[in-house]
Amino acid sequence: MTDVTAMTATQIAGLVATGAASAVEVTQAHLDRIAAVDGRVNAFLHVDTEGALAAARDVDARRAAGEELGPLAGVPVAVKDVLTTKGVPTTVGSKILEGWRPPYDSTIVQRLRAAGTVMLGKTNMDEFAMGSSTEYSAYGPSRNPWDTDRIPGGSGGGSAAALAAYEAPLAIGSDTGGSIRQPGAVTGTVGAKPTYGGTSRYGLVAFSSSLDTPGPCARTVLDAALLHAAIGGHDPRDSTSIPAPVPDVVAAAKLGATGDLSGVRLGIVTEFGGEGAEPGVTAAFNEAVDTLTKLGAEIVEISCPHFRYALPAYYLIAPSECSSNLARFDGVRFGLRTGDDGNRSLEEVMSLTREAGFGPEVKRRIMLGTYALSSGYYDAYYGQAQKVRTLITRDFTAAFERVDALISPTTPFVAFPLGARTSDPYQMYLADLFTIPSNLYGGPGISVPCGLSEGLPVGLQVMAPTLADDRMYRVAAALESAVGTLTPPTM
Amino acid sequence: MAAISREEVAHLARLSRLAVTEEELGTFAGQLDVILQAVAQVGEVAAADIPPTSHSVPLTNVLREDVVTPCLTPEEALSGAPDAEEQRFRVPRILDEDVAS
Repeated sequence: MTDVTAMTATQIAGLVATGAASAVEVTQAHLDRIAAVDGRVNAFLHVDTEGALAAARDVDARRAAGEELGPLAGVPVAVKDVLTTKGVPTTVGSKILEGWRPPYDSTIVQRLRAAGTVMLGKTNMDEFAMGSSTEYSAYGPSRNPWDTDRIPGGSGGGSAAALAAYEAPLAIGSDTGGSIRQPGAVTGTVGAKPTYGGTSRYGLVAFSSSLDTPGPCARTVLDAALLHAAIGGHDPRDSTSIPAPVPDVVAAAKLGATGDLSGVRLGIVTEFGGEGAEPGVTAAFNEAVDTLTKLGAEIVEISCPHFRYALPAYYLIAPSECSSNLARFDGVRFGLRTGDDGNRSLEEVMSLTREAGFGPEVKRRIMLGTYALSSGYYDAYYGQAQKVRTLITRDFTAAFERVDALISPTTPFVAFPLGARTSDPYQMYLADLFTIPSNLYGGPGISVPCGLSEGLPVGLQVMAPTLADDRMYRVAAALESAVGTLTPPTM
Repeated sequence: MAAISREEVAHLARLSRLAVTEEELGTFAGQLDVILQAVAQVGEVAAADIPPTSHSVPLTNVLREDVVTPCLTPEEALSGAPDAEEQRFRVPRILDEDVAS
């Protein structure tokens, strides 16, 4: 048998379905790969060897009993450590939850289990999903398999690095401002942010509740679509979950793979043109635009005048929601408690616990949000940002009257060296310049590899209207059919 | 001019229940100043008559049937607590003794 770790999820599922390989064999091969390379990648915070092999044995038993298995049965998956997993450590990349074993599974993880996928473990991330490099993880950064001196993106850098290092064929991420798409772009993998409310937040440790969106990561567009279909759809336990069927993203990916985009109108956002994308990123993007034209797409330029205010609006809205959400980490119900010597008051113990448990970026955002929400500043900061959010939504709505989807580079720069942006937090924020508008609007976005710059991957982003996730899969799959997948240097 | 002073950052830290060190105060004051000056750009947008958006999903008052369903046992709910006593979360004292008496 050829090396299963090099295969797509679709291929692996085919092997398991026909009995050419057992789920246990597939799982063991990936566990061996993790053991061999993760010391250099640090994609995983926790590898659940026993749980994975037990889940794989279960799939094999069900197949032997003649049970009908789903399209991803027996396929290993890595899960970002932001989702609760019953009995399996969930840290959110933070010291404040070190050692916590949740008493329940998130909806996404329940659906992964129901689909017969095999969870290999939990992946590294910037603490509480705040960051673009995994350098804000309390457990050390993950490294980019293309160049281990460079960042794998963030916050979901662990999931993306696990894919690029062939430690897993599928992974789950969460995207609040670009945390699925930007890591996908800089590791040469595929990452999709579904429509907000299209995937359940139940059991997703909250950062910014009006923006947080779990979603699929994979090495091919079709694999991402299959994973999207498996985890998406209405969840009565999430009050912001949309009671509508998941768009047929799998059919759209297959349609796109035929390489025909005739009749599809794509818009390039004028306001993204002048802003700080590196020349190499712009060049790769322009080449991809030519390719999309050759595939039959019609390209038009579209002005979205308020997109330039998306980054500042986001960095008021997200920290405001974060300062409220992270109040639950008070050293009472779960996680760390520091300084409880029998003499200190509850308030002192809370303050010492939070000081010891949170890292610097989390503290900055909590204080920034507290500032933006405080009386006297609320109208000028949080209130104004919410109005800008309305205007950005109107820009999207107007654009989608003229085009089927918008395209842009996913992120302004290729994977940067570790340490290059940690001293200036605002420089780190710029990584999400092109991904943030979709989060504020709530629509879906996907990053697909479109070429290389300086030998490093560049991603192209497709943004679609809310609940039209299928459109972005079609465009992404078409581009993939022309460009091909990117293969990192051998580790 | 700085958008935020060291004293204001100390106040924010207290409101946020973060026992930050003197050294952190200096670092955070400088960094928050840069960030606040950048995000203040939202003020350039003429938006006086624009309604705010708090959420992109057009759903309000999502309710379910009032039916009892299985939930965590007390042991499960307390399993991650730093300290528990008599099926409750144990916390440090909240009131000063002289206030409580």
